[in-house]
Amino acid sequence: MNPTTHWATTVRILTQLRRDRRAMFMILVIPALITVLFYSTLSLQGPGPDGLTPYDRLGIFQIAVIPCAVMFPIAAITMRRERASGTLDRLFTTPMSKLDLLAGYGTAFSLGAVAQAVIVTLVAYRVTDLSTAGSPLLVAMVCVLTAVLGVALGLFFSAFAETEFQAVQFAPIVLVPQLFLAGVFIPRDEMPGWLHSFSDVLPLTYVVEALQQISANAEATPRMWRDVGVVVAFIIAAVLGGAATLRRQEA
Amino acid sequence: MSPKATTSEDRSEERARRSRGISKAPAIELERLRIVRGGNTVIDDVTVSVSEGIITGLLGPSGCGKTTLMRTIVGNQKITAGSATVLGHAAGAKSLRRHVGYVTQSPSIYRDLTTIENVRYFAALYGIGMQRVHEVVEAVGLTGQKTDLAGNLSGGQQGRVSLACALVCDPDLLILDEPTVGLDPLLRVELWEQFVDMADRGKTLLISSHAMDEARQCAELILMRDGAILAHAEPEAILRQTNCLDLESAFVALVRSELQPVEEVRS
Repeated sequence: MNPTTHWATTVRILTQLRRDRRAMFMILVIPALITVLFYSTLSLQGPGPDGLTPYDRLGIFQIAVIPCAVMFPIAAITMRRERASGTLDRLFTTPMSKLDLLAGYGTAFSLGAVAQAVIVTLVAYRVTDLSTAGSPLLVAMVCVLTAVLGVALGLFFSAFAETEFQAVQFAPIVLVPQLFLAGVFIPRDEMPGWLHSFSDVLPLTYVVEALQQISANAEATPRMWRDVGVVVAFIIAAVLGGAATLRRQEA
Repeated sequence: MSPKATTSEDRSEERARRSRGISKAPAIELERLRIVRGGNTVIDDVTVSVSEGIITGLLGPSGCGKTTLMRTIVGNQKITAGSATVLGHAAGAKSLRRHVGYVTQSPSIYRDLTTIENVRYFAALYGIGMQRVHEVVEAVGLTGQKTDLAGNLSGGQQGRVSLACALVCDPDLLILDEPTVGLDPLLRVELWEQFVDMADRGKTLLISSHAMDEARQCAELILMRDGAILAHAEPEAILRQTNCLDLESAFVALVRSELQPVEEVRS
């Protein structure tokens, strides 16, 4: 790893992102707009017997799922483009290491993810009346992690797409089953054994559990930190997996 | 231009060899090279060595394996059988990455970055500063397009951005895949003058082309067809051997008669 190369790559990707107005809009504005839309519809229904509206129960989860869903295709397509334009082949003839390249992507998109998390968290707590027992800062932290998770998964899955079109199609395939099995709609305890085991190996499950912990507890719980650790492990595994799929030599 | 740090022993050995006056050490040595891609044999049992410090032209029709041969030399292509040695190392070796420049046929640049941003990025990967960046942008004649987005430039200009990105590290070996396609004649001449100048400074250039008229400027030529080498010699030697006046007809004569390979290059 070389810090100069890593930083040069980060700056290069941020410059490319800055030029793409629509991608900037997708990253910074769309998640906040969806949060408001989600709130406007789910708060129409009055509180249930437990005194909670659907938004009270679900609001916190969507602010963690949307960043992942937004970052996944953007990262996958940017990497796909790097492969298709011949620049990846060219980079491989320079002294740059594969991890420098992926780290550059990771850092650039993570900076975007931090900006996104700050905006979404502010909107969720200020515009919509999201309330949690735990600190909004913890929510923002999980928000950043889930966006970075989306980046890491996008970089990894881009290796299996032959075109940008296919890269986009991977998004629902990767994200929707995770959403169903993460315990947002049906608690994981009520799932039959095989579904439960399946949800055990999906990263979004741990994102949702961490948010449940923050939602219910005033202080950060060990369980939450364990969940955060598992998500970080998934991110590292996806980046290493991504590095393994980058081949300097074509067969 | 800042002096580059060379660490490898072979490089200093090579310099020593040059100072002893043995000018034609091979920069590239391919030994019984075979490349199979997707079930097709693209390169078939090729043995050839490219001399150091000169321009070697790689000629042949589209699809004859020129690009695959170049990709092998820069280490982007997996070798099926045989070997490729570049500047004394196995092709693609880590130690070669500061010494070999590669310009692909279609420009491999970032279309959403400006000319200067493209060159600056590749310079940064080698740890090279802005002075050299401006130098190479000027050398490829793009001073007026420094802050234009590469995507908005003409095809020929994009090709020159791509060339600048390879020149920025001042490579000892430069592999150019059809660098002058679609350029206006004046620019073509200017670029060739630069290539000749680089060779005069001891650099090795391997330039592919299907334009036979450019080939006269090469010290040596490699003629390829169907993944095999038809001839490797100085342009005059090929003309003499085939009794032809121009390379185009020499090429045809070689294919038709399937002459015994022209081998007049001293090794």
